Amino acid sequence: MSAAGKAADEALNCALPIGADGVRQKMYDDYFELAGKRFHSRLIIGTGKYRDFAQTRAAVEQSGAEIVTVAVRRVNITDRAKEGLLDYIDPNKYAILPNTAGCYTAEEAVKTCRLAREAGAGELVKLEVIGDPKTLFPDVAATIEAAKTLIKEGFKVLPYITDDPVACLRLEELGCAAVMPLAAPIGSGLGIRNPYNLRIIIEQTKVPIIVDAGVGTASDAAEALELGCDAVLMNTAIAGAKDPLAMARAMKLAVEAGRLAYLAGRIEAKLYATASSPLTGLIS
Amino acid sequence: MTTQKITIELNGEPFALDSGVRLQDLIDQLNLRPTRIAVALNRTVVPKAEYPSVSLKQNDKVEIVNFVGGG
Repeated sequence: MSAAGKAADEALNCALPIGADGVRQKMYDDYFELAGKRFHSRLIIGTGKYRDFAQTRAAVEQSGAEIVTVAVRRVNITDRAKEGLLDYIDPNKYAILPNTAGCYTAEEAVKTCRLAREAGAGELVKLEVIGDPKTLFPDVAATIEAAKTLIKEGFKVLPYITDDPVACLRLEELGCAAVMPLAAPIGSGLGIRNPYNLRIIIEQTKVPIIVDAGVGTASDAAEALELGCDAVLMNTAIAGAKDPLAMARAMKLAVEAGRLAYLAGRIEAKLYATASSPLTGLIS
Repeated sequence: MTTQKITIELNGEPFALDSGVRLQDLIDQLNLRPTRIAVALNRTVVPKAEYPSVSLKQNDKVEIVNFVGGG
């Protein structure tokens, strides 16, 4: 194997067979861009709900993610921990994507992003303005309002949004760095409930499309990439699995498989059979 | 001579401080690493460079945040 091939293998840690140089190259050359930065991993993972920081780090490593999301919360004044999340997730190695989870108004979300920037995160922010505590569906109007302010302040906004093609269009027009339609409610594990809407969003959107929320298992992640989404963001599907590290690896493989299948170009789905074996030379 | 005390609201809870204390003093007193936190004073984010010059006053609302695990 060439040195470049080896480097590609290591960079991707991908399990392609020796000799599949064209395929390996296809994966190696593959990346998506967020706010001018290239990312080779199409899996973005959250850091919530893990047993401890060591497990969080191990899951991030297994997943191959280059971007991880974090939440912004008050420091516990009475019980100040010696170690923090960033002692385990090196901000020089991973792009830290702060979220605005728990915000119900544009004002709260904007303030959270400003605090995140001051706490050392870059300009990328995962904007979520929640509209309802039961479904955790986004408040579309408030999300658009917050995105406007944040973009004016120089943030690169990645908005969590319903799988609504018009809402995605509006956010793209405003100048969001990506759109992040949900697959299903946050933490529900229901998978992609509306692949047809996603297809419309994929067709019309020029910025990256990141499926955010609702993934339950590896096939859901693969499906998102097969449809042509640029990346998938998940937290509970990994952290809530019985073996989070194994699921982190499964998601890495699923995202790679889904992307490769997308690049390979799938066959058309047809209602009736097409024989795989020759119809000539049949034994009578 | 006794030092005069003030009470601020720190992360939603009353917190007693000597009067004349600056934001930087509070952060040092709490043993927090400035590189890992952000501070809002009365809902406005305070740039790190201003911590040494901002004096805290009676009833000030101070919020100190950091990054935690989240999705």
